[in-house]
Amino acid sequence: MAKLRQCAIYGKGGIGKSTTTQNLVSALAELGNKVMIVGCDPKADSTRLILHAKAQTTIMSLAAEAGSVEDLELEDVLKVGYGGIKCVESGGPEPGVGCAGRGVITAINFLEEEGAYDDELDFVFYDVLGDVVCGGFAMPIRENKAQEIYIVCSGEMMAMYAANNIAKGIVKYANSGSVRLAGLICNSRETAREDELISALAAKIGTTMIHFVPRDNVVQRAEIRRMTVIEYEPQAKQADEYRQLAIKIRDNKNFIIPTPITMDELEELMMEFGIIDQEDESIIGKTAAAEATA
Amino acid sequence: MAALTREETEALIQEVLEVYPEQARKDRAKHLAVNDQSLEKSNKCITSNRKSQPGVMTIRGCAYAGSKGVVWGPIKDMIHISHGPVGCGQYSRAGRRNYYVGTTGVNTFGTMNFTSDFQEKDIVFGGDKKLAKIMLEIEELFPLHKGISIQSECPIGLIGDDIEAVAKKANKEIGKPVVPVRCEGFRGVSQSLGHHIANDAIRDWVLENRDGDESFPTTPYDVAVIGDYNIGGDAWASRTLLEEMGLRVVAQWSGDGTIAEMEKTPKVKLNLIHCYRSMNYIARHMEEKYKIPWIEYNFFGPTKIAESLRKIAALFDETIQAGAERVIAKYQAEYDAVIAKYKPRLQGKRVMLYVGGLRPRHVIGAYEDLGMEVVGTGYEFGHNDDYDRTIKEMGNATLIYDDVTGYEFEEFVKRVQPDLIGSGIKEKYIFQKMGIPFRQMHSWDYSGPYHGYDGFAIFARDMDMTLNNPCWKQVKAPWKTEESPKVAVAASA
Repeated sequence: MAKLRQCAIYGKGGIGKSTTTQNLVSALAELGNKVMIVGCDPKADSTRLILHAKAQTTIMSLAAEAGSVEDLELEDVLKVGYGGIKCVESGGPEPGVGCAGRGVITAINFLEEEGAYDDELDFVFYDVLGDVVCGGFAMPIRENKAQEIYIVCSGEMMAMYAANNIAKGIVKYANSGSVRLAGLICNSRETAREDELISALAAKIGTTMIHFVPRDNVVQRAEIRRMTVIEYEPQAKQADEYRQLAIKIRDNKNFIIPTPITMDELEELMMEFGIIDQEDESIIGKTAAAEATA
Repeated sequence: MAALTREETEALIQEVLEVYPEQARKDRAKHLAVNDQSLEKSNKCITSNRKSQPGVMTIRGCAYAGSKGVVWGPIKDMIHISHGPVGCGQYSRAGRRNYYVGTTGVNTFGTMNFTSDFQEKDIVFGGDKKLAKIMLEIEELFPLHKGISIQSECPIGLIGDDIEAVAKKANKEIGKPVVPVRCEGFRGVSQSLGHHIANDAIRDWVLENRDGDESFPTTPYDVAVIGDYNIGGDAWASRTLLEEMGLRVVAQWSGDGTIAEMEKTPKVKLNLIHCYRSMNYIARHMEEKYKIPWIEYNFFGPTKIAESLRKIAALFDETIQAGAERVIAKYQAEYDAVIAKYKPRLQGKRVMLYVGGLRPRHVIGAYEDLGMEVVGTGYEFGHNDDYDRTIKEMGNATLIYDDVTGYEFEEFVKRVQPDLIGSGIKEKYIFQKMGIPFRQMHSWDYSGPYHGYDGFAIFARDMDMTLNNPCWKQVKAPWKTEESPKVAVAASA
């Protein structure tokens, strides 16, 4: 068996990380790989399409119930879903209380100590909360964890900002460890010249757009049924897109330390593609009323 | 050994600084000074209340220690929850010897440890619910408590628990004061900020409780003792003197104190401040809001006691002034006898101090009453207003050290060769192993009280029994050969 590959999926909140990850993982399973998903988001929605569940019971909620995480067994937290995919959710508090980052740290430590990363596995995917707000959410890319980072983005301005910022975060850990940027996944929002733009951004950061996932309503139809497209409609064109993504990731060898670009460079790129207008210094700080009277 | 000259002391400081890397040397140089009595402002010679250098051995505590350990902890009829993991509360439990009267576990709680004992899940999901539950349990198990304070440990500030909201809700449910204190250990550079935060919490959550309530009968002679923690019974030995001179002590902050006393303090005529460092904030606040004047006093040793009694009395009428003289006269035979007995045994002995809030300057007079001389002193967490008050108390050319490091203190001692060192538990055994008599001046070495005339007698006895203990003649460190003591000094010179 090949060495276990650990991959983390990052990207702006709402970009479609969880949906992309679960479809991708299903396609990998279809190809005969043994895969585990570790959801690192208090919302715990990283495994629902695999398990056909609303939200999997999380490590942290089970730990709170049992008293402490030491009271848990692996089988309490690990569920198996479509294609033999193993699923765990770290879980965490309601928004506004406690420390979700610590929840991720505790959960991943627990999985390691309990031997969840067994020899049978080919892939582990960490599906991480949109914004890396503190050290806890960087846990999956620390030493001896995920070595490959995929960033999900689109041609929208904020998604690209986020992608570049995540690349900055990776540099910090890449210089001290073995984590590498493995590519951008473009989850299309159908903005103008989106594939070219993301390819150009990827090139500037030093990586590639590993796949362009087009927009397709079948994804939503499958989601309503708490299923991936792979399972819901295997013959759909979109299913093939995820299969292509899976094959590209399986065969990917392009792991690099990213070269994130400056704000100015990023804005220049966006102007070039018409995402934002040339900056007009004269209008900065002017209210609508002031502009009307001018 | 003869006293060092100004030049020698300056050279000593330079020599001690020599080993540090450049940046640390530059920083530490600002914290070490040769005393110059002609200065009015200490900022001409010393910097204080700054972050300690990484890598040095500092003796400082944290904001939680300043709030829970010093200011709030001694308030005996309240329950103080150490909110966070178990260690902070447990390792600070009952260590400070704040004596109190009461039945522990029934109507007083001073030596007990109440903690929310945070676990992993409390960090992740927040501790507010647990805290609310603890307070209801406290109310059920200890119904005679008079209020609760929530002493925040570090994680509370990190995970953003809303302890203020929990406190307000609990206050309504149990009908007693519930005070949230944001004294997370990582705040500030030492325990000093914890004192300030604790004072502010008293200001915001306690002091106003009886505003507009005139039911408490007052007298023109009402005073409050602020900043006496009753270590080994200090506040009791002080209170007696004040009462004998005709004053009425309404409140003790906070040794053997109660929340009711604190609530009544805005009704007094004068606030008497012993530990200026830890409680000047609340005194200033009461001055501003309730127009209550405050003065500092010093009850260590007969000279300072008489000075202080007269200074306090001067703010009252002739009855009290006569009372002060009466008290001084009444105890004169006692303290004269103490001096007659111990001064011949202690005369000319030289002392180095390194302590906390007020003692680095306040105990100097007591040593001088016994014919001793303090040749070096410093504060763990003092500010420049403390050093301002120290300059005139110390002799010229003596050593002043702020937040002294373990290394510096040892080197100073090696050269100055004092006859006695007064500092804390962490320094005690090092200096004793160097063959130097040592007294703990935080806990009075499990003795005390040292305040007041009664305390002075104990102080004098303790210093004598330590300094003149025959054991020191038996001490010979294995590395000291017959002629080596002099060689060792020469080598470090």
